[in-house]
Amino acid sequence: MWWVDAVDWAPLWLSLQIASLSTIVTLIAGTGFSLLLAWRRLPARHLIDAVVSAPLVLPPTVLGYYLVVVLGRGSAIGRGWDRLFGSPIVFTFTGAVIAASVGSLPLVVRSIRLGVESVEPNLIAAARTLGARPARVVATVVLPLAAPGLVAGAMLGFARALGDYGATQMLVGARIDGTPTASIFVMEQLQANHDDQVFAMSLATTIVGVTLLYFANRLTHRLHHQRA
Amino acid sequence: MAKIRLRRGEFALDAEFDCPPGITCVMGPSGSGKSTILAVLAGLALPDAGRIALGDEVWLDRARGVEVPVHARRLAYVFQGLALFPHMSALGNVMYGMTDVVRGDRPRKAQALLDRVGVGYLARRRPRTFSGGEAQRVALARALARSPKLMLLDEPFSALDRELRGQLTALVRELVAELAVPLIHITHSISEARLLADQVVRIDRGKVSACGAAADVLANLAAIEE
Repeated sequence: MWWVDAVDWAPLWLSLQIASLSTIVTLIAGTGFSLLLAWRRLPARHLIDAVVSAPLVLPPTVLGYYLVVVLGRGSAIGRGWDRLFGSPIVFTFTGAVIAASVGSLPLVVRSIRLGVESVEPNLIAAARTLGARPARVVATVVLPLAAPGLVAGAMLGFARALGDYGATQMLVGARIDGTPTASIFVMEQLQANHDDQVFAMSLATTIVGVTLLYFANRLTHRLHHQRA
Repeated sequence: MAKIRLRRGEFALDAEFDCPPGITCVMGPSGSGKSTILAVLAGLALPDAGRIALGDEVWLDRARGVEVPVHARRLAYVFQGLALFPHMSALGNVMYGMTDVVRGDRPRKAQALLDRVGVGYLARRRPRTFSGGEAQRVALARALARSPKLMLLDEPFSALDRELRGQLTALVRELVAELAVPLIHITHSISEARLLADQVVRIDRGKVSACGAAADVLANLAAIEE
């Protein structure tokens, strides 16, 4: 196939790496937030919910701006990170993972929360009367039964992270060690009138995304069936 | 001994009763507070005031700030919908509560309990493949695995046909006799209470309206209903 050789695949590879790491980060953070938000007595529950969901409604550039303010070289976190690891967050791979994670977190939280809240309260009560402490109830009853939501969340988060553009552009710039992410690459090639490059990269990211959605849907369906 | 006072909006529960070893049937119309009593006894709901003691073990004493958490109360609770874990086998369900049995001994003990209630053949199967009666038996086995000091049954047999119900009430009778613990059983059915109960507590709008030996209370109830 002509387009496989014609294109520089490094941007896609970079985006896949960023999206994979971001998925791990958002799954962990998303599970934590979902459990917290499912707890009805949590103080300021609706406010926390709104803040976590904010990236869904903010323009990506605004989100990116906030990230620069919070994580940039002049910020306390940015300086602390620099001192600890000897490199800044902005303009680095780490920054790209953070930008992608913050953008996809609301989608992940929403999916996992649906899964967590669909667990029958009686099953949780039963586990407690059988001697399980809260951590064990979560690990052995809530999360296994919320697995379809976790899978759906991971899938949506990955897909969202793979395509992140605005926030990444703001925090990291156009390149990480000389390589752009796939979505930035598409923009650059379009501006340079390299239509074949644009087409090939678009097709490749579409194939990756749709394939992923297909298998994740099947897995969600199977898990759902097993738990019915 | 249980003494419970609780208020939820319009609903007020104010109940006090003793449960000797044997079977106490709690009866009353829907919404009278029967299930709430079980939830409070189990520690799943917290009353505004009250005291729950099992012999000299105090589970709740609001006046003194004693509140033993659910997981630390040795009780067997069979829920109305049974609440079997759908992602675990029958054996897994029964082993779940065996927190103080050595890990290696759990499968054997769980199998013995399933055998005891007559469904040993279900060990490797998941709840969605069980019939109504089988699910009840597995739920009983799971509840017993805690070596409970108190058993709570929330109308577990209401969805079963007469014959199955008869078999299961007989089984519950045997089990209670073996364990010699108090069992509190919620039921709507006078005939079920007649088969099972040593003692009957009648609840009406959150208050105990009758409490005593089964024969006496049920005779009165039957007279009212006729």
